[in-house]
Amino acid sequence: MEQNHLLTYLLLTPIAGSLLILFLKEENPKLIRWLGFLISIAAFIISLFVYFGFDASAADFQFQDKILWIKSLNVSYFVGVDGISLLLILLTTFLTPLTLLSSWKAIEKKVKMFTFMMLFLETGMIGVFMSLDMFLFYIFWEAMLIPMYFIIGIWGGEQRIYASVKFFIYTMFGSLLMLVAIIWLAVYASGPLGSFTTNLLDLYKVGPSVPREIQSWMFFAFLLSFAIKVPIFPLHTWLPDAHVQAPTAGSVILAGVLLKMGTYGILRFCLPLFPQSAVYYAPFISMLAIVGIIYGALVAMVQPDMKKLVAYSSVAHLGFVVLGIFAMTEEAVQGAVIQMINHGLSTGALFLLVGVIYERTHSREIAYYGGIAKLIPVYCAVLMITSLSSIGLPGLNGFIGEFLILLGSFKSSVLNSWWFTVFAASGVIFAAVYLLWMYQRVVFGTVKNPELQNKLTDMTARELIVIVPILIFIVWIGIYPSTFLDMTRLSTEKILRSVGSFTLSLVK
Amino acid sequence: MINFIYLTILLPLIGFLINGLFGSKIKNEKVIGIIGSAAVGLAFLVSLGAFFQTLGLPVEQRSNTVELFTWLNVAGLNIKFGYLVDQLSLVMSLIVTGVGFLIHVYSIGYMHGDKGYWRFFSYLNLFIFTMMNLVLGDNFLVLFLGWEGVGLCSYLLIGFWYDKRFEKGTVAQAAKKAFIVNRIGDFGFLLGMFLIYSTFDSLNFSEVFSKVQHFPVSETTFSLIAIFLFIGATGKSAQIPLYVWLPDAMAGPTPVSALIHAATMVTAGVYMVSRASIIFASAPAVMTIVAIIGLLTALFAATMGLVQNDIKKVLAYSTISQLGYMFLAAGVGAFSASIFHVMTHAFFKALLFLGAGSVIHAMHEQQDIQNYGGLKKYMPVTYLTFLTAALAISGFPGFSGFFSKDEILWYAFSNGNFIFWFIGVFTALLTAFYMFRLVSLTFYGEERFKHTQQHASEGRGEFENVPHPHESPKVMTVPLIILGILSVIGGFIGIPALFSGEGGNNFESWLEPIFKPAEEKLAYTGMYTHAQEILLMTISVAVALAGIYAAYYIYTKKPDIAGTMAKKFKGIYTLLFNKYYVDEFYEAAVVQPIQKGAEKILWKFTDTFIIDGIVNGAAKLIDKISGTIRKMQTGVAQFYAVIMMVGIAAVLLWLILGI
Repeated sequence: MEQNHLLTYLLLTPIAGSLLILFLKEENPKLIRWLGFLISIAAFIISLFVYFGFDASAADFQFQDKILWIKSLNVSYFVGVDGISLLLILLTTFLTPLTLLSSWKAIEKKVKMFTFMMLFLETGMIGVFMSLDMFLFYIFWEAMLIPMYFIIGIWGGEQRIYASVKFFIYTMFGSLLMLVAIIWLAVYASGPLGSFTTNLLDLYKVGPSVPREIQSWMFFAFLLSFAIKVPIFPLHTWLPDAHVQAPTAGSVILAGVLLKMGTYGILRFCLPLFPQSAVYYAPFISMLAIVGIIYGALVAMVQPDMKKLVAYSSVAHLGFVVLGIFAMTEEAVQGAVIQMINHGLSTGALFLLVGVIYERTHSREIAYYGGIAKLIPVYCAVLMITSLSSIGLPGLNGFIGEFLILLGSFKSSVLNSWWFTVFAASGVIFAAVYLLWMYQRVVFGTVKNPELQNKLTDMTARELIVIVPILIFIVWIGIYPSTFLDMTRLSTEKILRSVGSFTLSLVK
Repeated sequence: MINFIYLTILLPLIGFLINGLFGSKIKNEKVIGIIGSAAVGLAFLVSLGAFFQTLGLPVEQRSNTVELFTWLNVAGLNIKFGYLVDQLSLVMSLIVTGVGFLIHVYSIGYMHGDKGYWRFFSYLNLFIFTMMNLVLGDNFLVLFLGWEGVGLCSYLLIGFWYDKRFEKGTVAQAAKKAFIVNRIGDFGFLLGMFLIYSTFDSLNFSEVFSKVQHFPVSETTFSLIAIFLFIGATGKSAQIPLYVWLPDAMAGPTPVSALIHAATMVTAGVYMVSRASIIFASAPAVMTIVAIIGLLTALFAATMGLVQNDIKKVLAYSTISQLGYMFLAAGVGAFSASIFHVMTHAFFKALLFLGAGSVIHAMHEQQDIQNYGGLKKYMPVTYLTFLTAALAISGFPGFSGFFSKDEILWYAFSNGNFIFWFIGVFTALLTAFYMFRLVSLTFYGEERFKHTQQHASEGRGEFENVPHPHESPKVMTVPLIILGILSVIGGFIGIPALFSGEGGNNFESWLEPIFKPAEEKLAYTGMYTHAQEILLMTISVAVALAGIYAAYYIYTKKPDIAGTMAKKFKGIYTLLFNKYYVDEFYEAAVVQPIQKGAEKILWKFTDTFIIDGIVNGAAKLIDKISGTIRKMQTGVAQFYAVIMMVGIAAVLLWLILGI
């Protein structure tokens, strides 16, 4: 296949830029901020080139770039994208400049370090989504933990140390098991393939032939690591702490992209590598997903802290994604992929919006606010649209994902019971409850707190520039999702084909 | 015009965008009001054009589809933004844009001086936009888009005066309640759609409905689909058990109550059931459930309407009750009677609400009818039009409500049974009674507001609050007059075959192609004579007149009777006045347990205590163990040497004994 280095350029742009930033003087935060922003914009533009060069009518990984890296282990630097990974890369490169722009005022100390970390993180995230070598994937997966750890630990809230350590240990624990599984698989592959390999495309061929019992272990070793990241109930308790303590930019990236790495991992590895186990355990995992949907929504409902509320809502939303993946019908998996993007946009925007008023008042307590509709009408209108997107109102993005997931799970032969959908659909009601209740308490009523009159000012031009692009996509996906669904169709079908034969045997 | 039907959707959207984005800059109320009204007025003209064009077509070509672009295309699911122009959707879109236009014009006067003027008109236009999607969509998903969209607009408009209080809570709470209760219904609707899709592989009306007639599908499946869809309808159309949001929805401005919570949105459930008539007809058991729920709701709401003192509350319960009639009709297979009542109800109930708005306006936002009285001479136009509407809803012969309600009662008897008919007639008696209680207390008798004003002025010296009742401006009264005329003559297009002879019922024959498959499936073969029809009609007329006279007598002639009766039947009165304590029951049985459970059991116990306890406990345990192990690292070389020796000895021992 013809070599194309575009993905490598994309991968290198943020990391090279971040190194460049290290040479700047800390005394000039303005220059640092602008440079960081421009670098992330450059990465976004490169990702657009990838998008326009991408052929949605081919199911293969495109823009493949491969260089032998560690000869003795047969490990390569091997990258490439299909529709799903490209979409997630676009989400990453889209959100990163926005978060940098949103931190213009919020991050005052150690601007240089912060910008460096954010760009470093971007490379890590892009790398995860484009790696086609398990070893390379693992490196990016772990590398990404480092900047996130620092972003929470340095620029976070009062309990940032507890939160960042909890985040680190939780995820580290999961990924170690994955490492063991990767090594085992690579060793196993040397049987049928003749040599030790971590090449994903080769491993796809041998994964299904792993004996059933061992395959279950492998499956769960991978799944655990991803499940913590998603997070799937009951592995979610790191998330509210990390979100609440992280600075706005950290929360946006955490919710917007990092959580998707878990669901992406399930889709990219767990399903095609271990299809028998995936099919076999699908009902069990879907059950956990549904518990997450309802549990997350109910706990979100009673949170006094806005950020924590949004954090728990993520547990519920990601539950939908997991359900969609394990329903293993085309509708559901397509819905799950688009729902990953939706959650990135809607929840990202919600965190940004909480950040906007937090910057002014330094409070995230719902009870502190009330009646702000009069004071900052533009903000409230934007918050309304974003909440509605998260609630899943038809015409906005959230509905497309939820509808496809529920529809697909309803007719799923893997799950083979309506009850999954019935319970999951009740989450649709609860989402309206917790978000509208929060909205009502924060926005409506009379201004209870006289302080607010002085402290609150409506959104600035910069803040609008951050949020409006997200709103555009919220409407775009809601009205014309084909732009995105068409991109992922063949990639989804390919994954489903790899598990398809095992689903059929189940039906029989 | 059929090909331009999308304009009826596009124009209100444009109106919404103009007023929504630039309204705060326009400032001029006239400009804002005219933009908002014109958008809907033009949409009405387009609908009218499409109607006449359709009328000119031969019957078999009267169903046309206009497709815009693909919305969702995944696997077997292919949903387009497609709009269906047929007999049913045309009736609905004429009602929505026509009555909608009049209410927009009325609002120009009613909302005068409100600081959210532009916001109000942009929301109203957004409502028309979503409602048109609902009635015109050619598949379940576009219908659902509109369905949820009107729910949103309802939420925004109920909460329009978001900083005000409403009864025991706030306006914002009422708005939230409406949205959430509706969502519970939508949950059913969604499941219905999933089941339709997994059974018929499509969500497109024409495809699904033709497959319904030919696919070998079990009655259980049909029953489930129908029951799920009906759950959706009970939410949107405020039927038992999900009706509780509608009385609270009265927290919104009165034109909103007229447009959304009386004439259009709340009839969406009736429309949906009628649209899916063939599915319901394939599930006879569910048909019976629909009829019974409708009947019970009609009766139950009417009893609550008897004792309410808030003018809008009376009308709200009346709306719930009338919607019950529509479901009764649908449940006995009389779909076109159901839609006929949707139409006449839109005329007279919109008129009642707008009239109430005119009164409220004149009385300085006073809504308690106990403080009205004798307003007849101050506001003659409002009075006459309100009276017309009251006569229409009570089923006074010749008025629109008479024809539509009587048709429903007739089918309740001929397709249903005597009990259906009897409860229906009894509810009609209650309807006539509570309506004329309202008319009497508002327009006749003593001018009670003078007492209250004197008390008020003596007590607090607030002279500026003294109401000087006056007629409303032309921009408000002209819509009243037009609706008044429609409330009278609107019934003539549906005169029963009994009177009109050969041609039969025009309205029914217009809709016939839509409901034919369902009617054939149901195949009601009751043989009844004209004599029976005349007899039943006579009874219902007598009942209506009795109700009207009784209310007039009690509340105008002998006002003390009402008080004595309330005292005598104190138990029943309190029960009715407190609306059977249903709200309190829901709060205690559903809302509180969920909220408390979520906080105490899920969050504080499961999340924080158990899961985090395990995580943090594990961390502590490792810390402890490593702390203990660390102590062994004493740094004393002799200690290490001893350990080493012990180790070697142990290994040697094991080797020797092992061999």
